[in-house]
Amino acid sequence: MEETLMDIDLKEKEEYIINMGPQHPSTHGVLRFETCLQGETVKYLIPHCGYIHRGIEKMCEKLTYPQLLHLTDRMDYLSAHINNEAVSLCVENAMGIEVSDRVKYIRTMFAELTRIASHQLWWAAFGMDLGALTTFFYGLRDREKILDIFEETTGTRLIQSFITPGGLMGDIHPNFQKRVKEFIKYFRKKLPEYDQLLTGNIIFRERTKGIGVMSKELAIDYGVTGPSGRGSGFHCDIRKIAPYSAYPLVKFNEITLTDGDTYARYLVRIKEMWESLTILEQLVDNIPQGQTMLELKAIKAPKGEYYQRVETARGELGVYIVSDGGPSPARMKFRTPNFSNLFVINKLAAGHKIADLVAISGSLDLVIPDIDR
Amino acid sequence: MYDFTPLIDNITGFLNETFSPFWAGLISMVLLGVVLLTVYAILGLYLVFAERKICARMQNRLGPNRVGPLGLFQTIADLIKLLLKELIFIKNADNFLFNIAPFIVIIASIMAIGAIPFAKGLQAIDLNIGVLYILAISSMGVIGILIAGWASNSKYSVIGAMRSGAQVISYELSVGLALLCIIVYSGSMQFSEIIASQEDGWWIFKGHIPALIAFVIYLIAGTAETNRGPFDLAEAESELTAGFHTEYSGIKFAFFFLAEYMNMFVIAAIATTLFLGGWLPFHLFQWQGFNHVMDFIPPVFWFFGKTAFVIYLMMWFKWTFPRLRIDQLLALEWKYLLPINLLNLILISFLTLMQWHF
Repeated sequence: MEETLMDIDLKEKEEYIINMGPQHPSTHGVLRFETCLQGETVKYLIPHCGYIHRGIEKMCEKLTYPQLLHLTDRMDYLSAHINNEAVSLCVENAMGIEVSDRVKYIRTMFAELTRIASHQLWWAAFGMDLGALTTFFYGLRDREKILDIFEETTGTRLIQSFITPGGLMGDIHPNFQKRVKEFIKYFRKKLPEYDQLLTGNIIFRERTKGIGVMSKELAIDYGVTGPSGRGSGFHCDIRKIAPYSAYPLVKFNEITLTDGDTYARYLVRIKEMWESLTILEQLVDNIPQGQTMLELKAIKAPKGEYYQRVETARGELGVYIVSDGGPSPARMKFRTPNFSNLFVINKLAAGHKIADLVAISGSLDLVIPDIDR
Repeated sequence: MYDFTPLIDNITGFLNETFSPFWAGLISMVLLGVVLLTVYAILGLYLVFAERKICARMQNRLGPNRVGPLGLFQTIADLIKLLLKELIFIKNADNFLFNIAPFIVIIASIMAIGAIPFAKGLQAIDLNIGVLYILAISSMGVIGILIAGWASNSKYSVIGAMRSGAQVISYELSVGLALLCIIVYSGSMQFSEIIASQEDGWWIFKGHIPALIAFVIYLIAGTAETNRGPFDLAEAESELTAGFHTEYSGIKFAFFFLAEYMNMFVIAAIATTLFLGGWLPFHLFQWQGFNHVMDFIPPVFWFFGKTAFVIYLMMWFKWTFPRLRIDQLLALEWKYLLPINLLNLILISFLTLMQWHF
């Protein structure tokens, strides 16, 4: 039997143990890596999570479907719209209702804007993990434009709760299409700047190429999805495998690279931003007219079990509802992407330097509240 | 034209006439100390300010702009804040070493300032082995860093200090060899003579390509020696929070902070003196009128202008490059910079021997 990490008696072997976290700049939240070092080299590390566990799944059992929607924003706060969409789709499937095309288009556009905003923030923070502090300001500068678009329509910037079962909280702002078109034009000019600042830099390439190589098999074993999985050639884009909302109507490429190193995971995200822009371009002028909210008497899922998966900016989000026919679920389970993505880190980082550990955990794009829920 | 030697001679003459030799020496020492420390403090504060403004420009920000006009007094406000902060004493830390470390670091940088020629005659001491002195003194700082990391009794600090030790010891070689190139050209280790040898052209121009190579290597190695980005591994904040000075607070932290900036200034000042002609004005070959106009600009301005340019270069690549990894850092030094440097030195010796430089 393979020796598990917990079996190693730390005190007996007098290892040099460093706790990275729960408060540490590289973990982007309250996560703890118990890291065993030999000199600068990481021998193994044990991720400890649960510092921000709020019991969202249990809380959901006491709330009605429109109410519990607001909790899902707080899981992966950088993919708030997509989390809302996942729950909404699951409840809609359970009730057997279909939303209008207008709602589908708007949901997809918001999801793609969210994806770009999330990747921008990831790019900003990833550069900072590697010591290039300037990227942070460039990434946040462009993310601001998306947040402004969100604010105009939904009234909030980070956690919007805009997409609900049955449609949307309200219609889009009259300026929405104009603003999105402006953003596409603006960001097409700014994206090459990202490459100039970081992608082409020799130090950056040296730091990321061949670091933390994840084979396709490893990605599948650990259930690593999203850009991190696709960097290893794992075909796992839910938008392609099981299309939902308006994704069957648009043309886009699933980005997969086969190298599986930190650099590949980085490139996947950069290329996904370009793809998201093309998706937005296809949708922005064609939003059909229609209802934005179905008139429903009560939102109750019939007795049974329901599952819906969507592609968030970080991977596959699964929503599993067990309903007894009441207004709130009997049991709720979220299959969050970050939880699966996190635990592969020991396999990737062992044998590399501490600086590489930071780069690898950055390239997995972890959002800690999503791990703990 | 702008020669400070008579002024200095007058002051020393006055002191010698008025007081006994012992008191005259003591007073001149105190005067020098006060002047140097004042220059040091002002330079340090405004280098921090400059860095904050420059990095703000590069990051689409405004930088400090509230305290005083253009935020000029921001760093002074920060200094007062740091002075008033509580000094934290750590259990199980080696208190004597912990307290002495910031002083070693800052004293090393103050002593280096003393040998820098700001203008003709405006130099605390013109040693005949000036370059050697600077090299010796500036490498003293790493002792302070090692002690700080060790005495803090923190695992992050120890890693930071060990990185810093490996880094400074390796890059010291490149700094020394790059400076040696100019010493071979000018045939002296005394700063005033090195500057005098550049009267007819700065070494970076008349030293052919080898001088340029030496300059670039010096800039890289010098940045590495001051522990600044992209070589800031000793304090790599994304990995080690703050590296060797994680456990320091208040004015002790400020000492490390100030010393880093002053070391940067020293590195830039040496680059100016050896490669860019020190306080000498910029001259073009036969353009008498142009040269005459250039002569009117005081040498202090020339010195600080050139130093500011070198400092700007160093800040520029700090704010645009990612950080290197420790093994890449050492590979860069031992596999690339050092062999290039040695070949360069041989080439320069050959050029000098054949009298082929201008």
